Amino acid sequence: MPAKTKFEIKLGPATREAFGRAIVELGRENKDVVVCDADLSHSTMTTYFAKEFPDRFISLGIAEANMCAVGAGLAMAGKIPFVSSFSAFAMNKGFEQLRTCAAYPHVNLKVVGTHSGISIGEDGPSQMSIEEIGLACSLAGFVVIAPADEAATKALVKAAAAYVGPVFIRTGRPKAAIVYGADQKFEIGKAIQVADGTDVTIIASGLLVAQSLLAADTLEAEGISARVIDMHTAKPIDREAIARAAAETRAIVVAEEHLVDTGLGVRVAQVVAQTRPCPMEFVGIQDTYAESGQPDELLDKYGLVARDIAAAARKVVARKS
Amino acid sequence: MPKSIDELQSIARKIRREIVVMIGAAKSGHPGGSLSAVEILVELYFDHMHIDPKNPTLLDRDRFILSKGHAAPVLYAVMAEAGYLQTPVDQLNTLRKLGSVYQGHPDVRYIPAIEASTGSLGEGLSLALGMGIAARLDGRKSRTYVMLGDGEIQEGQIWEAAMAGAFHKLDNVVAIVDNNRIQLDGFVKDIMAVDPLADKWRAFGWHTIELDGHDIPAIQKALAEAEATKGKPTCLVAHTIKGKGVSFMENNPKFHGTAPTPDEVKLALQELQ
Repeated sequence: MPAKTKFEIKLGPATREAFGRAIVELGRENKDVVVCDADLSHSTMTTYFAKEFPDRFISLGIAEANMCAVGAGLAMAGKIPFVSSFSAFAMNKGFEQLRTCAAYPHVNLKVVGTHSGISIGEDGPSQMSIEEIGLACSLAGFVVIAPADEAATKALVKAAAAYVGPVFIRTGRPKAAIVYGADQKFEIGKAIQVADGTDVTIIASGLLVAQSLLAADTLEAEGISARVIDMHTAKPIDREAIARAAAETRAIVVAEEHLVDTGLGVRVAQVVAQTRPCPMEFVGIQDTYAESGQPDELLDKYGLVARDIAAAARKVVARKS
Repeated sequence: MPKSIDELQSIARKIRREIVVMIGAAKSGHPGGSLSAVEILVELYFDHMHIDPKNPTLLDRDRFILSKGHAAPVLYAVMAEAGYLQTPVDQLNTLRKLGSVYQGHPDVRYIPAIEASTGSLGEGLSLALGMGIAARLDGRKSRTYVMLGDGEIQEGQIWEAAMAGAFHKLDNVVAIVDNNRIQLDGFVKDIMAVDPLADKWRAFGWHTIELDGHDIPAIQKALAEAEATKGKPTCLVAHTIKGKGVSFMENNPKFHGTAPTPDEVKLALQELQ
């Protein structure tokens, strides 16, 4: 096993920006790719697509329920529609339409939520989406993806377009720390081990993958060897990677920018319970709504930074029998 | 082969008998709103729409969405009589039973030719817009017809879609409101009035035609006018009678969602000869 190199935060583009760029590339490759937006294209970054493919950019106004169902209709007629809004609006206002028009008939609709989590910052809780992984995973047959950085987003948006069936992709507003090199391969449903370790496994998604890598360095200095897994696909979840982590490290922390009640953590716990039960801890939003502030301040205040992940890891390691 | 008005009316009578019998056999279902929509669906499937029941995936076919999905029996009977292989006539009486293709509400997993799974009210118009936009992007002549209930249009999503349909100038989409004036809890005017119906659609930018929804020549004329209307979608406000054709079901809110008893089925069939 190669010696660990210390992880350093180098900011890359936001995952929403990566989505906006990826969808343009997809539009060039496939004329059936269309984009629907609900008056947020300058924030979701579908504005790039709108500029290059005005005929295939469908403005639907501030009406997310209609947008989600129009997207389903486009898919039923053979298109590969990407509907996009803030996660809070696409998923909460469009949920019933995603359920009945997309999930139940299993249509080829792609939903991209931006401004996910509390790291959107100043706009505050009405715009913050902290429940959409749970909601999306409640849509039977949906693939649910939360990429960590630009490279992951670009690759997984393309993978979503190639996959036939409904997909939800969660992206964020702030610049995202670079986790991956250009040669990294991504596959829907296949977790990526971004750091190896033997004493505890940290399973993370989105912005918290980079924070988990920072936490692993802190733990390493204390003599705790932490494995870090990027579980970019919450559904279908990589059972094999979880079972292996549970068997080999016997302690698991799940870290996510989402309510702990319904997010990645509960899905991981289900697999752990079914395979090799072991102590677990959960880093996430604890039954509350956040507030306005700068993204970094909020992530710090609500317990979603490397410090919190390291503390959870120490706690779970102490619980190992 | 074009059908005469007499032939279409005769098919409509047969469809009504099948609706009553299948809902009676199921012991649950929605006869009133199925019977009110018969002539419109018969005209669409047996005369107006460009479809081939033997080739339901035909690329440039016209599409029909039953947004008021609880009227599934009329759709099933019409598709069965039209000759779709996925909707066998001899299984209509398995409606709502475990394993039947004739699910309580239209379900594309069982009958792919049905175009859209519906039942949660308010969604079909949006689906139709998506199909209309796709057809326009592809340069297909395909037109999309969507039937809404008058109670259904109380759903806010209908008006989001109404705005979007006019904004995108979707002249290949036709909404048909089955204005039978009754919903589950009673008369629409007493639950949540939707009048003035035609004025609402006009205000939202739709070419709007009012007609008698049981008069086949009037339906033909309105559908032709819709097809000739360019630059905006058309809404047909079809004035209909809930439970049409069965005297004790007509205008009776009870038969929105109650199946006829075996005796009532017998009585109804006598009236529908």
